Amino acid sequence: MDIKKTHMPIDVEKRVRPPEEQIRYAKILSKMMKVGLAVLILTFFLYISGIIPAHIPKEKLTTLWHLSVTEYLDAIEVEKGWSWVLFIKNGDFLNFIGIVFLSGITIICFLSIIPIFFKKKDYIYALISFLEVAILILAASGLLKTGGH
Amino acid sequence: MKPTGLVKISILLLFFLFIFVFYDSLFMEIYASESGLAKPNSTIPWWFWPLSLFIVTFLIGIVAVLGGVGGGVLFVPIVGGFFPFHLDFVRGAGLLVALAGALTAGPGLLAKNLANLRLALPFALIASTCAIFGAMIGLALPTNIVQTALGICILFIVGIMIKAKKSEYPEVKKTDALSNALKIHGVYYEVSTGHTIKWKIHRTPQGLIIFIFIGIMAGMFGLGAGWANVPVLNLLLGVPLKVSVGTSKFLLSITDTSAAWIYINNGAVLPMLVVPSIIGIMLGSFVGVKILFKTKPAIIRNIVIVMLFLAGLRSILKGLGIWT
Repeated sequence: MDIKKTHMPIDVEKRVRPPEEQIRYAKILSKMMKVGLAVLILTFFLYISGIIPAHIPKEKLTTLWHLSVTEYLDAIEVEKGWSWVLFIKNGDFLNFIGIVFLSGITIICFLSIIPIFFKKKDYIYALISFLEVAILILAASGLLKTGGH
Repeated sequence: MKPTGLVKISILLLFFLFIFVFYDSLFMEIYASESGLAKPNSTIPWWFWPLSLFIVTFLIGIVAVLGGVGGGVLFVPIVGGFFPFHLDFVRGAGLLVALAGALTAGPGLLAKNLANLRLALPFALIASTCAIFGAMIGLALPTNIVQTALGICILFIVGIMIKAKKSEYPEVKKTDALSNALKIHGVYYEVSTGHTIKWKIHRTPQGLIIFIFIGIMAGMFGLGAGWANVPVLNLLLGVPLKVSVGTSKFLLSITDTSAAWIYINNGAVLPMLVVPSIIGIMLGSFVGVKILFKTKPAIIRNIVIVMLFLAGLRSILKGLGIWT
């Protein structure tokens, strides 16, 4: 471990400044995270206030949430995957916009830093970032479904 | 600790003790068996649940910050053990709670170099890939098996919390070939001492292998994985403690994203459970940070260990059908 005493925080700031790709990642994450949380809270308010009616009435939901996910989906007659989009006009499914937005932020952040790695000719990290995007898109695609229990 | 601090902690403990002891009479009224038969809730209004979730997660948020653990590791066993929601939905919510916390903390940690992107990326790739498999395994296995395994995992975490030591500035005499090839090293400013601290790592291949298991467990149980990330980064790889904690938090935003998508696409996400929990934990974390300097970390840490032990025990008993 190399520890040096410093007396000038401005110099220190230059020395410990994060690399370009890290700053880009942080800036995009910061903006999108705030938007995502705002959307999440707004859509939830629209849902619980009853301003936008729910597909599953809130009183009925309390009798369903003890079921396993497979039994629950059978009970509300909704398919797995992206089928929630078909129910988006309902207050409960409207909340998925915020949830999906938050879950998609990391993909956008990684896409934004790949060009920086290429510019720096850091091809290994460009490849790692690309693979990470591919993995997350695969997970988000809905192609990976379980048999349920 | 000031008397007011003790009073607050006592209230928190009493609240959790109250839920623990009176769980049956409070919640079991509408809790049906795994048979799929729904029992109608005749007396408790729907709004009781998001409200009580908000209160409990608010308290979890406070305790998590004071105890130095992520919210997810407390959320899943406590809500899974003491609320009427199916464990599938609790794990999905746990991942989203941990994800929201990690996304919120990420920008500040990255900007201050307390989370290192270069360090995080290779481990994130391994962990996020394996978290997908973990999530799929968790959703495919019978609930009682997952519940029992969750309880064992929680008790294992309790063991780690009791036994594991931490090293502020671990000694790395010789870096390994892989970390050299990936140029994994960094520097950060330690405000408390006014020093700039350069760091490098060793044992990278071993760390990558361990992250396979961390990813699987994160996805399977929806716990987040800060409890495992930090010791591996700090003690095995030799990353300074602050950078380990920061990078671990940032890592969660990637690992939990991949697992969260599996839960979303399999329908295991209930907004009524997720949103009050995210808001509750976030507000609780803000309050926790504010009172952090007025409390004794050792006392809070012991409280967290006791809470996790009880929740883990409850999860095992529930999974084995001894206390359903």
